Order: sequence, then C-alpha cells, then structure tokens
Amino acid sequence: MDQLAAVRRSWQRYRVLWSVQLAYMAEYRAEIVLWALSGVLPFVMLALWRQAAVPAAGFDAAGLGRYFLSAFVVRQFSVVWVVWQFEEDALQGRLSPYLLQPMHPFWRYVAAHQAEQATRLPFVLLIITGFFLLQPASFAWPGPPRLALGVLAVGLAFTLNFLMQSLIACLCFWSERASALERLLMIPTLFLSGLVAPLQTFPPGLRQLALATPFPYLIGFPAQLLAGGSFGPEQPFQLPLSLMVMVGWILLLLPPLRLLWRAGVRRYSAMGA
Amino acid sequence: MTLRRFWGTALATQLEYQLNALVELVAMVANLAGSLLVLWLFYRQGVALGGWSWHAAQVVLGAYTALSGFTSTLLQPNLSRIVTQVQEGGLDFVLLKPVDSQFWLSLRTFSLAGLPELVVGLGLMLWAALQERGELPPHALFATAVMLGAAAMILYTLWFALATTTIWFVKTWNATEVLRAALSAGRYPVSAYPPALRLLFTLVLPVAFLTTVPAQVLLGRSSGFWIGASLAMAALAFALCRAFWQFALRSYTSASS
Repeated sequence: MDQLAAVRRSWQRYRVLWSVQLAYMAEYRAEIVLWALSGVLPFVMLALWRQAAVPAAGFDAAGLGRYFLSAFVVRQFSVVWVVWQFEEDALQGRLSPYLLQPMHPFWRYVAAHQAEQATRLPFVLLIITGFFLLQPASFAWPGPPRLALGVLAVGLAFTLNFLMQSLIACLCFWSERASALERLLMIPTLFLSGLVAPLQTFPPGLRQLALATPFPYLIGFPAQLLAGGSFGPEQPFQLPLSLMVMVGWILLLLPPLRLLWRAGVRRYSAMGA
Repeated sequence: MTLRRFWGTALATQLEYQLNALVELVAMVANLAGSLLVLWLFYRQGVALGGWSWHAAQVVLGAYTALSGFTSTLLQPNLSRIVTQVQEGGLDFVLLKPVDSQFWLSLRTFSLAGLPELVVGLGLMLWAALQERGELPPHALFATAVMLGAAAMILYTLWFALATTTIWFVKTWNATEVLRAALSAGRYPVSAYPPALRLLFTLVLPVAFLTTVPAQVLLGRSSGFWIGASLAMAALAFALCRAFWQFALRSYTSASS
C-alpha cells in the first residue's frame, strides 16, 4: 500500500515536472523547429538513393520513400541532448540544488526531452502530411498493431539513446569537456544506424558488425517497423527478437550507469561544491 | 600585421586543450571513413552517382572535407561569437574600433581543430584526381585553387549573412545547424540529385559551386562557363553580404542603450 502511494507520488511529481518543462519548451518553439529542420539528412539521402535507381536490397521507390520518412520521424523522437544540458548544469553549479531534491536529477532531463518531443509533434505531423501530399504513391497505412509496435520501438530507441548519452554525461564529473566525447558517439550513430543508408544495403560482414552494436536499433529498426517491410530470417531485423535485443541493451546499460553516477556524485561532493 | 596578432592569441588559448585536439582528430578520421563508406555503398552496387566514377566522386568528397575544415577553422569560431556580442552588448566596442567591423568579426580568431580536415580534404582531392586522370597539369591545379577560393567565399557569405540576422532576431544561431545539414548535400556530385534539387542546389543554396565545380575543374571536365559563373557568384554573394551587414548595422540599437 505504501509502495503504491509512493509510485503515485513520483508519478505526480513527474507530471508537474513535465508540464513545467513543456511551458518552457513552448517558449522556444521557433528554435525547436530549427533543430527539427536540421534533421533533413534522410531526405537528401532519399533523393540520392532514388536517383541511383538501384533496387536497394528489397526496396521499391515507394518503400524507400517510406523508409527515409520513417527514419526522419524516428530521429526526431529519439534525439538526446542530455550531455550538453548536464555539462552546463554541472559546470555552473546548478546541479547542487537538484541533488537535494527527492528525485533523481536525471528525471528532470527525461521530462525536458519528452516535453521537447511534444513541442516537435505538430511540426513532424506537418512534414509527414507534406511528404505524402508530394508523393502520394509512397503512402501506406501501417495498421494499428504495426503502428503500436513502431511507437513502442521509438520509445525504446529513445530510452537506449538516453542511457548511452547519460553514461557520457556522467563523465562530466571527471572532465570538463565530456561533450567532446559525445561528438565521437555521434559518428557511429550517423553512419551505422540506418539514417543515411538502410542496413539492407550494407554488405553482409559490415551488417553483422553493425548489428552487434546498439546503433541500428536507434533508427533502422523502428523506421523499418513504421515503414513496413519484411522481417524474414535473411533481413537485418526479426520481429520479436529485435525488440528483445533493445530491451537487453537497456538492461545492460543500467548497472554501469548507476555505478558511474554514484562514483561521480561522491566525487562531485568531495570537491566541496 | 593585424591578422598575425589576432591569430597568435587564438593559438595560445587553444594549446591549453590538448585532449580536445586528439578527440577532434579521431572524429575527423572516423567522419571521413563514414563518408567513404556511404559512397562505397553506392558504388559497390555498380551505381555511378550522376555518371561520376568512383575516384571522381572522391574528389567531390575531398572538396567537401576541405571546406568543412575551413568552416571549423575560421567561420564557426568567429561567427558564433557574433551572437554573444549582440546579446551582451560587446558589439558596441567592436563598432568603436578603428578596424572594419566585418573584418574584425570575421577574422578575429581561428581554430586549429579544422586544419587537419582541411589538409586531408585537399590531399584526398589531389590523390583521387591523380588516380582518375593519371596526371595533374599545373594550370588545372591553379584553376582549382581559384575555384576553391570562390567556394570558400560563397560559404563565408552564407554563414555571415546568417550571423547578421542575429541583429534582429537574437536567437537564430540554430539556423546554422540547418545550413550545415543542408550543405552536407555537397558530399556528392550535384548531378546525382533529381532535376528539381539540382536547380535548388545551383541557384538557391549554391552547393554546386562549393564542391562539384572545383572537382570538375580539377578533373579537367569544366567549361569556362562554370568557372566564370562561380567567380561571378562569389563576387555577387560578397557584395550582397557586405550590403546586408551595413543595412543591418543601421537598424542596430545596442543592448545598453
């Protein structure tokens, strides 16, 4: 009974935090639209792959269009900037009051990200509508089960990305420039995730290598779910299995994050801040 | 000379952060490897992007890398400061200095981080062109240098024009991320895009002049028309950008008054 009440209290706290962040983000909607626009890369790559006119390993023109549109959408809802925010908060000492609050400071960042995603939503819907108006041939309704699975996969992709970035954010306790490391993480995210080329176009060896990392699950797998396409045994992703792999990665990242956080906080307070 | 003093101080600051330089270096190598990988994903299936051969397309990628290095060396460190200058009122002091304000704002500092990218990009251009042509005649090298200069000028005007808009709208610096993303289309020859985008990338967002034209000149496949067009574009862009800055200054009301 007590535990139930505690969960409810946390949930209420989180909701308040989220609505505060939403009001904050709504102030910056113009900036958020600019950030969203800076994700145009999938559309540039779509133009290239279309013009190249290769049957890119099982994609027809319409399917290719849906894949890159989905990649754009997935990217919009799985982008994580916790390192930058955390670095600023830690360097400027704003972290100290957060540590006193009866809630893990990272929930504040989760709320900020989710509020930002809510602000992006109308803009993303606008882009989707515009895309299908320009290219009606690409339109295909995924159907409720697939849509639900797609949303779940996007949520997992966001969680996975958030955990990876949080690990780097924790390094801010040791180095003043942890954001430089974030740049290194960005590179495989860009090239191995399926954002610039579907994993089906990778040669087999490289595909196996990519699938051994968490990156293809950040964009490629959720995009594949939303765009439709086969999940046969020769394809890079299989349906129940790939979802389980995502959950596996998340469970694998949680313990080191907790350890790193504890060690970091101990160090932070040792500095007398 | 003024520039030497400007850049001497910039160098001294940056030598403080040696680990950063290492990270930048690794990031550059990985980025280039990734770009080559994506290019190879097309060519391994026998696709010639816009009719360009594998080595010819690498010349374009080299030009892109060199210009990206130029951006991180000069444009990014200088122009990102205009925003803070406007927000915090530092621009007032810049305007009082007996130096041209646009010159000061554009060339005040430089960053070492982009230099390796610049060198590697030029190296890739030369190496790939040599593989493609078998020779590099001096006049082609000279013409390419001129074209890259024009490209750098066009790139500079795009960035400076964006930075200028902060005089009215303080928070437009994010727009440079959009510009960066759109310019990444220049990694590939412009003829690899569908006709509508080709037109856009030539006239509106002149990606074609940034990477494709210098590559064509180096490969000896360019006509005088494109060289002339590129120079005209650079001159026009600079004149417009200069006029825009002066126009913006007229409506500048300082943060402190």
